[in-house]
Formats: sequence, C-alpha cells, structure tokens
Amino acid sequence: MTSPATTSPPSGRARLAPALLWAAGAALVAYAFVAGGYLVTVLGFAALYAIFVTGLNFFMGYTGQVSFGQNAFAAIGGYTSAVLTTAYNWPVFAAMPLGIGAAALLALAIGYPTLRLRGHYLAMATLALGMIVQEIAVQWDRVTMGYTGIAAIPPLGAFGRELPNERAQLAALLAALALAVWVASRLKHSRLGHALAAIAGSEDAARALGIDVARYKLIAFVVAAVYAAFAGSMFAHFVGFVSPEVFGLHMVVLGFTMLYVGGIGTVYGPLVGALIISLLPETFRGFKEFQDLAYGAALIVILIYAPKGLASLARLWTRRGAAPDAAAAATAGTSRGDAGAAR
Amino acid sequence: MSLLSIEGVTQRFGGLTAVDSVSCAIAPGTISAIIGPNGAGKTTLFNLISGFQKPVAGRIVFDGHDITGMAPHRIAARGLVRTFQLVQLFPDLTAAQNVEAGCHLRGSGGLWAALARTASARRELADAAATARELLAFVGLQARADLPATALTYGQQRLLEVARALAAAPRLLLLDEPAAGLNALETDHLARTLDAIVARGVTVLLIEHDMSLVMRVASRIVVLDFGRRIAEGTPEEVQRDPAVLEAYLGGVDLAAGGGSAHA
Ligand SMILES: Nc1ncnc2c1ncn2[C@@H]1O[C@H](COP(=O)(O)OP(=O)(O)OP(=O)(O)O)[C@@H](O)[C@H]1O
Ligand SMILES: [Mg+2]
Repeated sequence: MTSPATTSPPSGRARLAPALLWAAGAALVAYAFVAGGYLVTVLGFAALYAIFVTGLNFFMGYTGQVSFGQNAFAAIGGYTSAVLTTAYNWPVFAAMPLGIGAAALLALAIGYPTLRLRGHYLAMATLALGMIVQEIAVQWDRVTMGYTGIAAIPPLGAFGRELPNERAQLAALLAALALAVWVASRLKHSRLGHALAAIAGSEDAARALGIDVARYKLIAFVVAAVYAAFAGSMFAHFVGFVSPEVFGLHMVVLGFTMLYVGGIGTVYGPLVGALIISLLPETFRGFKEFQDLAYGAALIVILIYAPKGLASLARLWTRRGAAPDAAAAATAGTSRGDAGAAR
Repeated sequence: MSLLSIEGVTQRFGGLTAVDSVSCAIAPGTISAIIGPNGAGKTTLFNLISGFQKPVAGRIVFDGHDITGMAPHRIAARGLVRTFQLVQLFPDLTAAQNVEAGCHLRGSGGLWAALARTASARRELADAAATARELLAFVGLQARADLPATALTYGQQRLLEVARALAAAPRLLLLDEPAAGLNALETDHLARTLDAIVARGVTVLLIEHDMSLVMRVASRIVVLDFGRRIAEGTPEEVQRDPAVLEAYLGGVDLAAGGGSAHA
C-alpha cells in the first residue's frame, strides 16, 4: 500500500460553487424583500416546502426508508392550527405545538408496529395513511368544512400581535427554515445520525454492530412527521386557508420531486430542490400552454445531468480536481481479488 | 470456562436440516475455526449465534448468559459481533465514517444529546473519530480513511469490515470467510491481523475455506458436514480424522495446509 491518498483541503474552486449558490439565493431573497409582490409568495411556498422536504429527507435520505404519507402529518399540523385558531380562537403559538404533538403521536402509533417488520410495510401503511387522513378532512365536515376548507386563518404572530405584512411573514418562514435545517444538520452529525446512516447503508450490518434498527427508524419517522406538521401548520397561517386538496397526493409528488432534484441525503439538497421547483413554473409562465411541457422537460434535464440532485453538482465539481488522486489510491496497493472465488 | 457454548443447536428450512444438533465450546483468548464443504451450515450457525435466526432447538450461552433467540443488537451489545460472508459495508460513507458508525456501542447519546450537542455528545463524536483512525491503522488502512468505502479493493473492504466490527468493542468476533477473495499477500496480512486481534483480548471464531490460513491461525477447529459436527480438535487432529478426509475427499487437500501462507 503505497501513495497514501490524503484528502486535499477544498480548493478555491470547490468553495466557489456553494458560495455562488448561496449568493444567488441571498440575492433572490433580498430582491423579493425589496420588490415584494408575487415573488414573496413564491419564496414563502419554497420555504414551507423546504421544511417539509427536510423532514422527508431525514427519513428517506439519512435513514434510507420510504414514506408516501408525509402529507397526512402536514394535514394534521395544518388542520389543527386552522380549527383551533378559527373556531376556538387559540393563539397561533398554542395551536401549532398541539398539531405537531398530535402528528408525532400518530407517527409513533403507526411506526411502532410497522417498523418492527421487515419489508415495506411502513411504505404501504403510509400510502394508506395519506389517503385516510385526506378522507377524514373531506368527511368530517362539521370540523373541517369538508371540500370547502377553512378560510380566514390568522397569520403568524405572537402575544396577540400579527405580523404586519407578507414580507414579515416571509422573514418568519425563513427563520423557521433556518431552524429546521440547523436541527437536521445537528442530528445528522451525531451518534444518532451515524446510526441512521448505518441503517441506510445496510440494516444487517447495523444490527450486527448493536444498532437497534427498529427504534432508530421510529425516531427518524417521528422526526419527519414533526417537520411535516410544522410545515403544514406554517402553511395554514401563511396562506390563511386549508382544504383537503392542499394536503393531497400532489404534495407527496412535489416533495419527492424536490428531494430528488435537490439531492437526497444532503443537508442543503431540500433547500435547493424546493427553491428550483417552486421557481420553475414561474420561469415558464411566459410559455403559456407549453408551461407544463417546458416544466417537465426541465425536470428531465436536471435528473439526467444531476441524477443525485443539484446539490451534488457542487460536489461533482469538487471531485473533478481530486478524481485522479482517488482513482490512483483505489488501484494502488493490492489488486482486486477474485470476489467470487470462494462461492 | 468457555466464552461461548453451543448446546445441541438445530435449524431447519422446510425439510432441510441446515444445522443438526451441533454442540461446541469456544475458550476465551483463542482463535477457533469452523470449516466444512459448501452448504455445510456454517453461515447458518453464525446466524443462530448472532441472533439473526432463532434455532428450532438447542441453547446458545455467551459469557454465562443464555442468548438463544435474543435480538442481534442486544447480542452485539453483550460483546458478540459478527461480519458477513458477503461484505456489508455502508457504501455511501468513507472508510473512516464506516468505522465511526461502528462505534455506536461505545456511546450512549440519543436525540436530545444530538440536538443540544452536549459536552458528552461532542466527546463521543471525537472519540469515535479517534477510534476509527486507530482501528484503520490497526488493519493497515490508514491511507484509505477518507476514500469512499466502495473505492477500496475487495481485500481492503474485507479488512474495513473487520475494523468496523472491532469498533463495536467485541469480546467475541465472528468472521464469515474473511479471506474469501484475498490474494496471498492480503491473506498473510489478515493472518497477522487476526493474531493481533487476539492480542487485544478479543476471542475470534472464523469460518474459512482457506485451509492454509485456518491451519496457521486456529488452535481449535470444528468441522461441519450436512449440518452435523463431524469432527472437532486441533488442526493436527482434524487433518488426520477419517471422517473429515471422507467429507473433503476429492476436495481441498487438508494436509497441504500449514506453512504455505508464508509464500
Ligand atoms: N434462509 C434460508 N432458507 C432456506 N435454505 C437456506 C437458508 N439459508 C441457508 N439455507 C440452506 O442451508 C444450507 C446451509 O447453508 P449455509 O449458508 O449455512 O452454508 P455454508 O456452510 O455457509 O456454505 P458456504 O460455504 O457455501 O458459505 C444450504 O443448503 C443452504 O441452501
Ligand atoms: Mg457460508
């Protein structure tokens, strides 16, 4: 084993790519604050979805599991906020924790039995869950107003004062997003995060190393549900309206798209994905009837050229400089043994 | 007093008896080996010992505790850690991160420790990183620490799996064909690593087809054939055993073992 391959410190170029991304994002947000109007709404949606997808990423990216039912938890967060603040005049910051707590309890109740079983029982259970919760939102109209939905939900605020305008609301959403990403990053870089990464890599190996796989999957599922309910509740207050359609299957599809476009398993992928996917339809608005087509084509191009998500592009750029090094290291030392020899 | 004792353990798959009332005892501080032809039931026996499968009959006692049918992660927490015949690395992680993830049992921090990033949580992370470097150096992979696990050669991946298993602080290490796919140089390195592992106070039980390796490192050998234990003893005893010669007739020449791994 010769030529030790030490990882070189990130080159200037490697630091440039993420820096440019951050600068572009910051410029866009700054412009929105100055210009106001529709862009504020679009960025608000992007922030809401970025929170939702960060939770999805926690379960799917970090832990390697699948859930099709995160919209159910968003619905519970959103409807709890909507009903308690409109019909019962609860303050926003009392309704929100209750909705999040309810979602966490439901995630525990569903995850506990299904995550113990091997196979895709949870994925199936979550698919059903999304549909059931939506059906409840439709049928339980005495509380949820059925298809009509609940309107005039008070905007974000505290201590009896509401945030004065959409820009202030956007600032609150961005702060919430920063908190959500900070929490995800902390959890990822911890003993817990390492255990989740082990489960994503190989459940058998994780078990053999003493990791209680069912327990950690359950924790990840509950954390993802908390994120979804938080996003759902923030949505209700930002938009002022909830209905069964708002938390429908399209929310799942959109969440998956953002996760994969942005980069599954990375801390900032959900941000990138949520921003790009929220802006894409606006970008193609000029194409009118071709809007959907152009949107679809753009998605396909992204997934072909960045199959691991846009967040991986920065890494790809970094690796281009280091690639010969890594390749040399892999082939240096001993040659590859015949893996099949003994079988 | 044996560290591990297997008492009449049996496993069936439909009509097939993969492990047929096997008994044996492993003394602490030794390297023992399980050998036998393909399909003899060696890996199944490992699955039973490590809790991945529950035996239909028999008892497994580790360090004085009955661990029969216990969940794998609980058995690992007691100090019995296994590797896999088909390497099971965490492919998206670097070599060092693989070993760090293997340090799970050395720490205790959960959700709150991670969120608050308490002093003890920070110390655990730093300790895991240090342990990973130390164990990678121990198996000779220090120069590969920051490469993705998948960029390692097959032989290096096997060594990485051993390092990661050691991260779980085992007292008994089960290795399923650690030399499979290794060339002579790598096998020689593995043999020396196995001796060093025992010197660290870890008892080793390995499944191996490479007879020269087995004869070189193992002090006791258990021979399985069609799920049954057909022989047990020192390498010399096993090599002379007529039942073993019968089972291997036309297969591996046991007598050719011994010193050839020094080549
Ligand atoms: N999960 C299972 N279901 C059904 N049959 C199985 C299962 N696992 C193992 N077997 C069978 O049990 C027998 C013993 O298999 P095992 O993998 O333990 O053999 P082995 O001694 O490890 O062989 P090898 O040297 O090829 O690895 C084989 O006939 C195998 O086909
Ligand atoms: Mg086997």
